[in-house]
Amino acid sequence: MTTADPTPVRLDERLASIGIVTRVLKRPDTGAFIGAVAVFVLFAITARQVNWAGDLGVWSSWINTAAYDGIVAVPVALLMIGGEFDLSSGVMIGSSGLLLGILTTHYHWGLWPAVVVCLLFGLAIGFLNGLTVVKTRLPSFIVTLGTFFMLRGINAGLTIKITGGVSINDIDQASGFSFAHKVFASTVWEKYGLSVATLWWLGLTVVAAWVLARTRFGNWIFGAGGDPVAARNVGVPVARTKILLFMATSTVAAFWGVMTAVGLRGMQSNEGVGREFEFIIAAVVGGCLLTGGYGSVIGAAFGAAIIGMAQIGIISSGWDSNWVYFFEGVVLVAAVMLNTAIRRRAERAR
Amino acid sequence: MSAPGETNGSHLLQLEHVSKYFGNVLALQDVSLHVNAGEVTCILGDNGAGKSTLIKILSGVHQHDGGSVRVDGEEMQFSSPRDARHAGIATVYQDLAMVPLMSIWRNFFLGEEPTKGRGPISRFDIGFAKKTAREQMAQMGIDVRDPDQPVGTLSGGERQAVAIARAIYFGARVLILDEPTSALGVKQAGVVLRYIVRAAERGVGVIFITHNPHHAYPVGDHFVLLNRGRVIGDHAKQDVTREQLVREMAGGAELEVLTHELEGVVST
Repeated sequence: MTTADPTPVRLDERLASIGIVTRVLKRPDTGAFIGAVAVFVLFAITARQVNWAGDLGVWSSWINTAAYDGIVAVPVALLMIGGEFDLSSGVMIGSSGLLLGILTTHYHWGLWPAVVVCLLFGLAIGFLNGLTVVKTRLPSFIVTLGTFFMLRGINAGLTIKITGGVSINDIDQASGFSFAHKVFASTVWEKYGLSVATLWWLGLTVVAAWVLARTRFGNWIFGAGGDPVAARNVGVPVARTKILLFMATSTVAAFWGVMTAVGLRGMQSNEGVGREFEFIIAAVVGGCLLTGGYGSVIGAAFGAAIIGMAQIGIISSGWDSNWVYFFEGVVLVAAVMLNTAIRRRAERAR
Repeated sequence: MSAPGETNGSHLLQLEHVSKYFGNVLALQDVSLHVNAGEVTCILGDNGAGKSTLIKILSGVHQHDGGSVRVDGEEMQFSSPRDARHAGIATVYQDLAMVPLMSIWRNFFLGEEPTKGRGPISRFDIGFAKKTAREQMAQMGIDVRDPDQPVGTLSGGERQAVAIARAIYFGARVLILDEPTSALGVKQAGVVLRYIVRAAERGVGVIFITHNPHHAYPVGDHFVLLNRGRVIGDHAKQDVTREQLVREMAGGAELEVLTHELEGVVST
């Protein structure tokens, strides 16, 4: 009898006739893709000092720069879809790199054991962030802001106490360094200078996108972020899901700290501070909703690509590099407006 | 009464002299009622009548302090919502079991995702999820041609239908619907009432909690009236008229006084 009910039937007929365009517009990452193309075209016009579109060396340089934000933006996007923030993800890079430096130069550890400890440190900080958020029910914005400032203090304070300066150098003296350099900081395509970090970025994006779209855990991420109460009511382990996402974020940030420290053969005590916002910008430009439950890892990769293009393109256009911040701000607001408009349109089109 | 729904000579769900205290507040006192498979049992009561406490006992959120709860004649004490679900009692809360931004099929299997493959490549069986969600919705009388549609774009009535279809699919034998029609317009409420009948036709014992006798009367097989934590009436459909139900629910004489007063206000 209900098949005679006009409402659902009419909805279906309209959907069938709209088809593929709506399907594409409905994707959270469509806006970021359009944005990335637009930014690319913009710099193809303004970046006269280089052959922006035709020189693969230029492509390599902005892709390398994009990987610099893109790797940590992957778990940051997942965490945001899961309904939480991590403001300590930037400073964690510094903490991990400094830890690596202190273990290898001050305590003369081999590089690889030190890497393991750095990753465990990332897991532990993420676990503490997650546990505190879940147990206290405080906003993660506040909890991780606290972690951010604590780590920032520790980074500067301990570095001065141990080395007497503001940086740690000579990580390349550690045993195992040359292989680690190959894995974390080498160039995979010598001719154009494409860094190995881009492969890590690609791999991480593919794995995370697969987890999000195709696994139970991915479904739990959407549920935990979209409506934690409803998700818990139907049996999703919301607390566990969120803690795991915090752990993933801190650990990937720690991993990126290791890569940076190996690449630079040293670490500044203020490394990573302020970067957390670039990760968040990449995720938000990529279609992640600040309120959780919606977003895309692939979109975050486009978001990172936009930031990478901005950083290289602005310099190649002969503008002062400080305009990068301005540009990122404009992109953030424009992208959010575009994403919102696209989503509304797609939903109205039903 | 109602022989077809009985299993092993006992009711599907039976409460005897159940009571519940919160400190020294008596929330439920000596509540007895039963639910049979394939029937709709309506629990009617105004705000504060004890409806929510009753639901929470049945769904395992609270534990009763006195009396007994029996499922298929076997006495049970649920210590968690999970316990109640294992016993086949599913509660569909108004808007508390759906994630609006997620698609129908993701919502349908949220928390109970079917998987294929093993170990690290164990993954959500999306094809099966989409197909099953569509089939189960069709059984409720809804033709979902696009299971990717976010639940937030469905009407309130259709959302209830998804929740009901899901509960039945995951083995619910008793379905508790907490005020499913209260937030809906007249037409949507009618749609939900139809799903309630549909669920009972599929052999589920439905507990329909409402404060609206006009919604309860057309679909209910029997009616339990609660007031201040006590059962003040328990009628089979054939023993009661809609008017009696309305009057009893409003507290009979009290309503007449109120009507009188209101008329006084209007006429001045």
